[in-house]
Amino acid sequence: MTTILTCPFKKLPTTSKWALRFAVQTKTKKTLAKPNIRNVVVVDGVRTPFLLSGTSYKDLMPHDLARAALTGLLHRTSVPKEVVDYIIFGTVIQEVKTSNVAREAALGAGFSDKTPAHTVTMACISANQAMTTGVGLIASGQCDVIVAGGVELMSDIPIRHSRKMRKLMLDLNKAKSMGQRLSLISKFRLNFLAPELPAVAEFSTSETMGHSADRLAAAFAVSRLEQDEYALRSHSLAKKAQDEGLLSDVVPFRVPGKDTVTKDNGIRPSSLEQMAKLKPAFIKPYGTVTAANSSFLTDGASAMLIMAEEKALAMGYKPKAYLRDFMYVSQDPKDQLLLGPTYATPKVLEKAGLTMNDIDAFEFHEAFSGQILANFKAMDSDWFAENYMGRKTKVGLPPLEKFNNWGGSLSLGHPFGATGCRLVMAAANRLRKEGGQYGLVAACAAGGQGHAMIVEAYPK
Amino acid sequence: MVACRAIGILSRFSAFRILRSRGYICRNFTGSSALLTRTHINYGVKGDVAVVRINSPNSKVNTLSKELHSEFTEVMNEIWASDQIRSAVLISSKPGCFIAGADINMLSACKTLQEVTQLSQEAQRILEKLEKSPKPVVAAINGSCLGGGLEVGVPAALDMMLTGRNIRADRAKKMGLVDQLVEPLGPGLKPPEERTMEYLEEVAITFAKGLADKKISPKRNKGLVEKLTAYAMTIPFVRQQVYKKVEEKVRKQTKGLYPAPLKIIDVVKTGIEQGSDAGYLSESQKFGELVMTKESKALMGLYHGQVLCKKNKFGAPQKDVKHLAILGAGLMGAGIAQVSVDKGLKTILKDATLTGLDRGQQQVFKGLNDKVKKKALTSFERDSIFSNLTGQLDYQGFEKADMVIEAVFEDLSLKHRVLKEVEAVIPDHCIFASNTSALPISEIAAVSKRPEKVIGMHYFSPVDKMQLLEIITTEKTSRDTSASAVAVGLKQGKVIIVVKDGPGFYTTRCLAPMMSEVIRILQEGVDPKKLDSLTTSFGFPVGAATLVDEVGVDVAKHVAEDLGKVFGERFGGGNPELLTQMVSKGFLGRKSGKGFYIYQEGVKRKDLNSDMDSILASLKLPPKSEVSSDEDIQFRLVTRFVNEAVMCLQEGILATPAEGDIGAVFGLGFPPCLGGPFRFVDLYGAQTIVDRLKKYEAAYGKQFTPCQ
Repeated sequence: MTTILTCPFKKLPTTSKWALRFAVQTKTKKTLAKPNIRNVVVVDGVRTPFLLSGTSYKDLMPHDLARAALTGLLHRTSVPKEVVDYIIFGTVIQEVKTSNVAREAALGAGFSDKTPAHTVTMACISANQAMTTGVGLIASGQCDVIVAGGVELMSDIPIRHSRKMRKLMLDLNKAKSMGQRLSLISKFRLNFLAPELPAVAEFSTSETMGHSADRLAAAFAVSRLEQDEYALRSHSLAKKAQDEGLLSDVVPFRVPGKDTVTKDNGIRPSSLEQMAKLKPAFIKPYGTVTAANSSFLTDGASAMLIMAEEKALAMGYKPKAYLRDFMYVSQDPKDQLLLGPTYATPKVLEKAGLTMNDIDAFEFHEAFSGQILANFKAMDSDWFAENYMGRKTKVGLPPLEKFNNWGGSLSLGHPFGATGCRLVMAAANRLRKEGGQYGLVAACAAGGQGHAMIVEAYPK
Repeated sequence: MVACRAIGILSRFSAFRILRSRGYICRNFTGSSALLTRTHINYGVKGDVAVVRINSPNSKVNTLSKELHSEFTEVMNEIWASDQIRSAVLISSKPGCFIAGADINMLSACKTLQEVTQLSQEAQRILEKLEKSPKPVVAAINGSCLGGGLEVGVPAALDMMLTGRNIRADRAKKMGLVDQLVEPLGPGLKPPEERTMEYLEEVAITFAKGLADKKISPKRNKGLVEKLTAYAMTIPFVRQQVYKKVEEKVRKQTKGLYPAPLKIIDVVKTGIEQGSDAGYLSESQKFGELVMTKESKALMGLYHGQVLCKKNKFGAPQKDVKHLAILGAGLMGAGIAQVSVDKGLKTILKDATLTGLDRGQQQVFKGLNDKVKKKALTSFERDSIFSNLTGQLDYQGFEKADMVIEAVFEDLSLKHRVLKEVEAVIPDHCIFASNTSALPISEIAAVSKRPEKVIGMHYFSPVDKMQLLEIITTEKTSRDTSASAVAVGLKQGKVIIVVKDGPGFYTTRCLAPMMSEVIRILQEGVDPKKLDSLTTSFGFPVGAATLVDEVGVDVAKHVAEDLGKVFGERFGGGNPELLTQMVSKGFLGRKSGKGFYIYQEGVKRKDLNSDMDSILASLKLPPKSEVSSDEDIQFRLVTRFVNEAVMCLQEGILATPAEGDIGAVFGLGFPPCLGGPFRFVDLYGAQTIVDRLKKYEAAYGKQFTPCQ
């Protein structure tokens, strides 16, 4: 594996015009394989169609969706169930009955009951965490074959009794005599019945993510029009990709008792005029983040088969891509909640020894138009790089013509726990389709965290 | 009123207290030429919106001064006259401050009632014009907007005028004082404060435009309660009842010592009953009268003193204190920890016993948790602040400490022991501060290997509420040590006086003779409740007997004994035996549940401790009728206090009378309306006071001998 590492371009005579042109066209590195470290490959990945929450998936439970992704993966790859060493799923808002949703889904999907499974959570980068956990297990030689994925079902969320009510109920459980029970019941007040809803808000700051995104957009002076334009781009590109059949990672899902769902239902290209009519959703009445330029609450699941390269080859697979260097970052959850990609991108590029120019396909998670554009402005700002990132110069802008060309979370949807795998498969499929070599996946997440990973196309 | 829309901004604790004067760059401005000649106000036009920027030169805050006033009038007249301008935005160029209120220097400079009345009338005129402005005016407020600033920014509400309290922006919105909130922004392409100001301006401009184009209605949606109140206020009988209630409440709170609130009620009454013109006239006259009162002079003096005591006269210390260690987790130690951790100081709280430590840590937690209950902190912020505190029984981690504050029991040999123990483990640069109320610092420092690093930091209980910190320097204390101690105190939010070492320093020494008089008065048969009401009606926030209970009877006894030994007869009067007997019966004051009063958790009412009757009876003294009228009792207490304070200045314990006033008011609750002992002497005449003292000297002897 180590032989192809040495890149000859340094030795080329730099005076030659030909050499210069060659150097511009070629990559800084021919491949990112590292000596003495196992190569990790993606054999393939699938996802259920991503649906607006409250639509066709609304009566399901999360493990139903996850199971659909798993069976879809089995069908697509025909992998023998018993070779899977380990299964990891990401999820954010947990259904308490299936807190280890990975295990429940795997059992239901017919995987061997001898295959262990665990569930991870890291907000919007939970699936990324599932994948990189798998990468670590393979690279360290612990496993050869991993299934990683993620699931989110926003149609049904755990709404709890209030703490007072829960306490009363638990105390009642322990009460031994009728007298004790009655005295406890006498403490009941009507306000105990007020339910507790899970909020898409930071625990540390109590600020909802949309509110933070609006402030972020304002801090970087991103206008409402820019945001609407970007959202329109995302929807238009997604529509085009859907129509041209490029979203090949989608597997049809026959919803029990309902029709078969075959495609994402959140893609709605509109017009700028229509979008301009919407009122701000978070900072009222003068904010800029609206329902049209934010990602929507989504139900969906994804799954991916990851293997050590030699194992995949031995089993006769033709892998789609290598999973290469990755990076997790975190920063201030109040004012820099959604700037993860800005921080993670330069670090992962440096770690891999690549530059922005080496990347052929960018796949960034789009939480909000304002968030993507704020990240762009931050990456394009020397002032920000110097004052907040400890860098001498700016990160640089990803070229838009290579950026989320098949739509993004704004249009395709964003099931929190499942988006990571969608990003990686989009990057891998785009590299194959467009003939590129390196893809960069990046995402922001609640808690002020962020992630980036390099995906390298598997040579054809 | 309706045309004045206000946009307030949430002042976030850390970000907006840092006041940096950053030159504001006016871009995209089709500016007017007047921009250069005005010093306090300039304006530019964006589209059809005039942006008026307020910026008092060479000052951290904008104040309503004469100059600002005349320039503001000029600018507004130009705006009203211009055809291009359809609306205006008022904004400050200083992040964190809109207008902090009237310029106190301007008011102090006024010699006569007429001058002040005139100033006030001028201000009214422009405010009235602003209210009736034909073009919509939006006030964009970032940070403090107090007093007159509030009148410029937002139509005033009754409650606000009365108590002058600070209102958080989100509450102001709920109260209907402001119409919109803009939350502070984080880092973007510019420093956060700068961009937040820009953003505030942008939002304010869209509002101003919207108002001018009638896209936004200036009418506020009144709630049902508000509508009902408005209706009820039209009935004369209801109005009379409201006036009566408010007046009663104010009288109860101020005990008639502060004239301003009552006058405000008068003015509002006149305004409502006789129309706004009469109201304005009465307002300016009453304002003039108020500025000229003794109380006003006293309070302005305190303001100046406080500004002085919020500065570090020793300059910046060589090394910032980041790690603090506190010895003793009692009431004081834990209190000091509480005001330190929330300022980001890594604090070790060490005690000798686990129970003591637990109690101390619980105190710190409770202090923070109470803030959560009041929504001043989130539970998350509480937890992260609390993580700055480490509770322990040993000296682990002291090798990193930059300062150690000991708050162990007031016993010299114990203080010597801990000083030696601590010096064995701390680094060379570490400062040792002693929180003692009476033990001379030089005596504590006598066993130190490095006396230049030893200093006194006398906090007042409860530490989180009492603003004063008395710093005591010895002959040997180095300047850098003093600078460090003051810097830490300022960080903890304290008002600081620096005094020279000596028995009882300044504060305790002044209090001791007064306390001795308290005991004598009690011995003469005045009951503690009566004594309390006499002292509070004089202006003390806490009654004299209650004060002894709060301080702790054992502490009072210690101090009385220590200082009695040094100063002899001058500190005599009451019989310290009273305190000794109380201590022996376990009546230590609030902390033991019994003192002069009985204290029970959760019970607000205080009952007299009937067991005190026998003690008081056994020590009874016959009262001297010629000096035992209510007024005499009040003056016996105050003159002894004042006399000792003047003595401290004379002996050089105090550097300035201003510090003496601040120390007495903020540390000992000397009546603020009197301005402190020195201001009191000035305002009431030194001779009158000497005469009083002589009268009491004749009755009681040396304790009342006036100093030079």
